[in-house]
Amino acid sequence: MRHVISALVQNVPGVLSHISGMLASRGYNIDSLAVGETEDPQLSRMTFVVVGDNKVLEQVRKQLEKIVTVVRVDDISSQNHVERDLMLIKVSAPPGKRRDISELTDIFRGRIVDVSPEDLMIEISGQEKKIEAFIELMRPFGIQEVVRTGRIAMVRGNAGGKDEG
Amino acid sequence: MAAAPSVPQNAPTSGADILVQSLVNHGVDKVFAYPGGASIPLHQALTRFRDRVRVILPRHEQGGGFAAQGYARSTGRIGVCMATSGPGATNLVTPLTDAKLDSVPLLAITGQVGSQVIGTDAFQETPIVEVVRSVTKHHYLVTNVEDVARIMREAFHVAATGRPGPVLIDVPKNISFQQCVPDYNAPMRLPGYKAIQEQAKPEEIEKLAEWIRAAKRPVIYAGGGVVSSGATEELHRLVEKTGIPVTMTMMGLGGFPGDHPLSLDMLGMHGSVYANYAVDNADLLIGLGVRFDDRVTGKVSEFAGRAKVVHVEIDPSEINKIKHADLAICSDLKYVLAELNRIIQPPEDLVEWHRKIAVWKREDPFRYNLDYPGILPQHAIHELYRLTKDRDAYIVTGVGQHQMWTAQYYKFRRPRRWISSSGLATMGFGLPAALGVRAAHPDALVIDVDGDGSLLMNIQEFATAYCEKLPVKVMLLNNMHLGMVVQWEDRFHAANRGHTYLGPIDHPEAIGQGIGVTPQDRYYPDFITVAKGFGWRGRSVVEKKDLAPALKEMLAAEEPYLLQVQVPYQEHVLPMIPAGMTVRDLIKD
Repeated sequence: MRHVISALVQNVPGVLSHISGMLASRGYNIDSLAVGETEDPQLSRMTFVVVGDNKVLEQVRKQLEKIVTVVRVDDISSQNHVERDLMLIKVSAPPGKRRDISELTDIFRGRIVDVSPEDLMIEISGQEKKIEAFIELMRPFGIQEVVRTGRIAMVRGNAGGKDEG
Repeated sequence: MAAAPSVPQNAPTSGADILVQSLVNHGVDKVFAYPGGASIPLHQALTRFRDRVRVILPRHEQGGGFAAQGYARSTGRIGVCMATSGPGATNLVTPLTDAKLDSVPLLAITGQVGSQVIGTDAFQETPIVEVVRSVTKHHYLVTNVEDVARIMREAFHVAATGRPGPVLIDVPKNISFQQCVPDYNAPMRLPGYKAIQEQAKPEEIEKLAEWIRAAKRPVIYAGGGVVSSGATEELHRLVEKTGIPVTMTMMGLGGFPGDHPLSLDMLGMHGSVYANYAVDNADLLIGLGVRFDDRVTGKVSEFAGRAKVVHVEIDPSEINKIKHADLAICSDLKYVLAELNRIIQPPEDLVEWHRKIAVWKREDPFRYNLDYPGILPQHAIHELYRLTKDRDAYIVTGVGQHQMWTAQYYKFRRPRRWISSSGLATMGFGLPAALGVRAAHPDALVIDVDGDGSLLMNIQEFATAYCEKLPVKVMLLNNMHLGMVVQWEDRFHAANRGHTYLGPIDHPEAIGQGIGVTPQDRYYPDFITVAKGFGWRGRSVVEKKDLAPALKEMLAAEEPYLLQVQVPYQEHVLPMIPAGMTVRDLIKD
């Protein structure tokens, strides 16, 4: 089963290395990992996507919590949450194809962020499935390069609205 | 905790002096430290605290690390070792790893090259924090002299609380020289460290009491947590109240008196037949401070297969890691047992269970051939036990057959008297660890029971024993082989010798073609001459009649003393449950 784990960690050198080393040495597989500062500069947020059964996940969570610089770990998959990926994608775009690409970008609520004579760079965010669908649509045009952030996720407020992703 | 500082509170102080003052503030009286370029300022600072901190100079940093472990394991206090950057630091990796696996509170301080050259592959530069990340409980690279006092506080706190473990602090040379006004009470910054000892809920303890009350065939499986939480008295009381038999892990030996009628001795691969039968037949297995190590469980799915499993453990990550616990209590063990003892009522009737166990004990005690004309290693240990059991001795071991036999034949009555590398099983542990024990207990009888392979791995520590006036004894069971590997070769590899003979390669034993006994002129090295060269006394025995007198001479010696006992290499440690197998595969002979 796929789990999204959100860890609050101390913003000190070596935390990422410690966590990725622990996961690797214990044989856990990480599908995605995103790291960034939080509103508190002393703390960073790491979001992992891990695939495994409940026993594996229990161990991943406990082993993470055991790391002294890890402040808090939540498995948010079971809660109502929003997940996002951000992607930059560069696509071959000869003059005759630009309109098609631009229309698809609009449908996916992406943005064209760079235009050159040969290609377009598009920024798009959303759930993994949407990002992957967009990649498939761009494939016929010729994908030059793809960069993705990895998953970030946040638990919804109590009201728990609809995912617009 | 705060002793009077040796310098005025508000005076600017060097990083090195702050560090050493912090050691003093935390009650450290011995440091095992080997100097080098990057740690010179730390050693200079140590000389200024000579009246409060004794520095013991090992002859190898690994020896220093194991000596600090001997200090820690025998006292329960934090052992401190120190080394320089680069090779000094990497030589501490094995003792740190060993301490992590056996939950030993250790503080390692390493010198580092100056901050300005870190990352440039400078002379004797190793990124030791990166190296030890996965083998320490926590680790620091000091980047600011203002942080030294706080980091020291945090390190002591993390190493000693919860499940104890090793912490490394890497101190760049320029930080040692830089000055600031120290704040020894600076608040710790450990938002992620659950320092509060988790305590069991009353309903969990009530449930455990109910299960015990209802049990017909209960067994207590006691581990290192009993010793490290200081719960031996509580365990003893629980057993007196309930009559539940106790088996111990390697780390748990001494956690319950080995000579008590309800002791089942050690369990697992080389545990007693009766302990393994009892666990297999149990309807309730009460794991106390244990981690279901593979050397204990064999095939996990069949381990304690008829029992409800209770697991009391302070480290949440151990619960359900290997074996599902039907009742898991994440708590300080001493607290659980004290609370349990308030309400516990004994199981209704254990007569039949005790009778069954008594039969197993009678039928399959630990045994060896009493008629063997020479000295069997088991006999030597049994004799050592007989002669020292009333002397509250500290028994340290290397790793291998001699270690298992000591665990089987030496009955420990009190905790922290059995000092042995269990989880990592590091050869070379015995001699330096014994020195650390002796440093912590200057009047105690400290005996390293060692093998020839293990002893040679840190034999340079003979010099430390002599020069630092730490007169330990070594009973060397010399069989000229790596006995435990030989045993596995005999059992599982058609007795084909794969580099397990420790003499010259032109001896027939090197390819497994010896005549069965090692001729006197084939013993190599001459350990007695080596020991004498280091200032030790020594004696070698090969005949049974000479053993007891030689042991008495060793015990009476004032100096460090090596007693070499020449033993055959064909003996196997029995009983044995081969790795990954079950009690039904138990080999008795």
